[in-house]
Amino acid sequence: MADAATEPELPFRILPRLTEVNRDFWTGGQVGELRFLRCQSCGYYNHPPTPICPNCHSKELRFEAVSGRATLWTYTVNYQPWMPGPELPFIVAIVAIPEQDELRLTTNLVGVEPENVKIGMELEVTFENHGDEVWIPLFRPVAGS
Amino acid sequence: MNIDPSLVIERRAVISGAGQSDVGRRLYRNPLELTLDACLAAIADAGLTTAEIDGVATYPGPMGQPAGFSGAGAVDVQDALRLELGWWSGGIESPGQLGSVINACLAVASGLATHVLCFRSVYEGSAQGDKGRASVMPGGDSGSGGFKASGFMEWTLPFAAPSAAIWIAMMAQRHFYEFGTTREQLAQIALNARKNAALNPKAIYRDPMTMEDYLAVRMITTPFCLYDCDAPCDGATAVIVSRADTAADLRKPGIQVEAVGTALRGRPSWDQFDDLTTMSCRDAAAQMWTRTDLKPSDVQLAEMYDGFSFITMAWLEAMGFCGKGESGPFVEGGAAIARDGVIPLNTHGGQLSAGRLHGYGFLHEACVQLWGEAGDRQVPGDPEVGVAAAGGGPLAGALLLTRRR
Repeated sequence: MADAATEPELPFRILPRLTEVNRDFWTGGQVGELRFLRCQSCGYYNHPPTPICPNCHSKELRFEAVSGRATLWTYTVNYQPWMPGPELPFIVAIVAIPEQDELRLTTNLVGVEPENVKIGMELEVTFENHGDEVWIPLFRPVAGS
Repeated sequence: MNIDPSLVIERRAVISGAGQSDVGRRLYRNPLELTLDACLAAIADAGLTTAEIDGVATYPGPMGQPAGFSGAGAVDVQDALRLELGWWSGGIESPGQLGSVINACLAVASGLATHVLCFRSVYEGSAQGDKGRASVMPGGDSGSGGFKASGFMEWTLPFAAPSAAIWIAMMAQRHFYEFGTTREQLAQIALNARKNAALNPKAIYRDPMTMEDYLAVRMITTPFCLYDCDAPCDGATAVIVSRADTAADLRKPGIQVEAVGTALRGRPSWDQFDDLTTMSCRDAAAQMWTRTDLKPSDVQLAEMYDGFSFITMAWLEAMGFCGKGESGPFVEGGAAIARDGVIPLNTHGGQLSAGRLHGYGFLHEACVQLWGEAGDRQVPGDPEVGVAAAGGGPLAGALLLTRRR
């Protein structure tokens, strides 16, 4: 948190432990990409990432960028101070990634007030950088939607 | 039933005794002592001695974190009671908390053991103490940094979502969206629990609760208010699973295990499961009904998990007590789930009002009701068929129970 003084608006977050398996997911935001591990044999997005494709059992998997668009599948407005984190209340959401049925991410919604959140709304990814190490993918309403 | 009846070997098992320790919001007692109090009570209830107990099953086994989540492991109890075991098992990877009891049924059916002591012990109330819920959350003490998320929490903790309250609130919100369910409908799970808890001397919260109270209390995470969330507590619950042909050795008629359900057909995940409005309750309940000729309309009481109120709604639908998506209208007004209703529900007060004894409280209550020992809260009409179900999200296990004549 050495940079907290220069970026006071950045909320405390528990960061993921980076591994060879997940690093490309959590660092994609450095170049503005939301990435998922994808099977090079059958095209299946394999999330959370595992060493073989659950669909065809191929081991030829690579991270690929998706569009960064998503649809709000469900959400909750959290008022409980479970731990240090974003200013209360904050919105936790499950978003549906359009590139594949039932491919979802748990995330936070930003740039929208709780009373304006609607299931089904169109969203786009934005990233919150922590320590030049992890880029947390958050979602905001698509501009003009 | 659509499988060969000879394969339904859980029917060779009965529940022969049940016991519970003192239960309280914060008892500050040795958790192993509470565990043993429950175990000895259950053994005595069955009319057995420790020398006759030759199996142990528990959930989740010994765990240091989260604080208070496990008061004892299987070998702690084995050693404390000097048990000689033909079979034993303890662990968290199972179809919910009652998966441990289902394991025990299969163990006695197979002859590996004759009388299995099953228990669940918690001390989350005193572990949390006066330090607040954050003190016992994963990474809750990590404000100073250093802790990193891994395992399945890698996909929730970085988004400030450490609690199942958040994950299940999102399932409830989806149910509201798809089926028009309302907070006033959801409230009936909490109000019904409180009404029943008033008749249970061991329940934690027994004061009357009104709809106005429910709607006025602070929000935790929408649509869940405080009263949609169960109450961490201290206490232990135990049951004895015996082979059915030992009836002559038992103090009272055993409760017949008619059928169990353990299935998990979807992804084992709080966000990737195909239909989060049903969760794996759908799979466990459906499987249970393939193993019996009884029907949902035969069931006279249902003790079903309410770690959060919405989970009970999902169980009501999964069990077929109402149609998919129809739990809101079904519970509206509360009459259908009252003690004298269509399907008396959580007659001890559930975990919402009787304390988070974590799954085993429901089985204990189902047995006590079927034995006719529930006192002031006894379901009228001499019930003979009951359901106990526990778990939420990707965890779900269920037992259909009948009173032996």
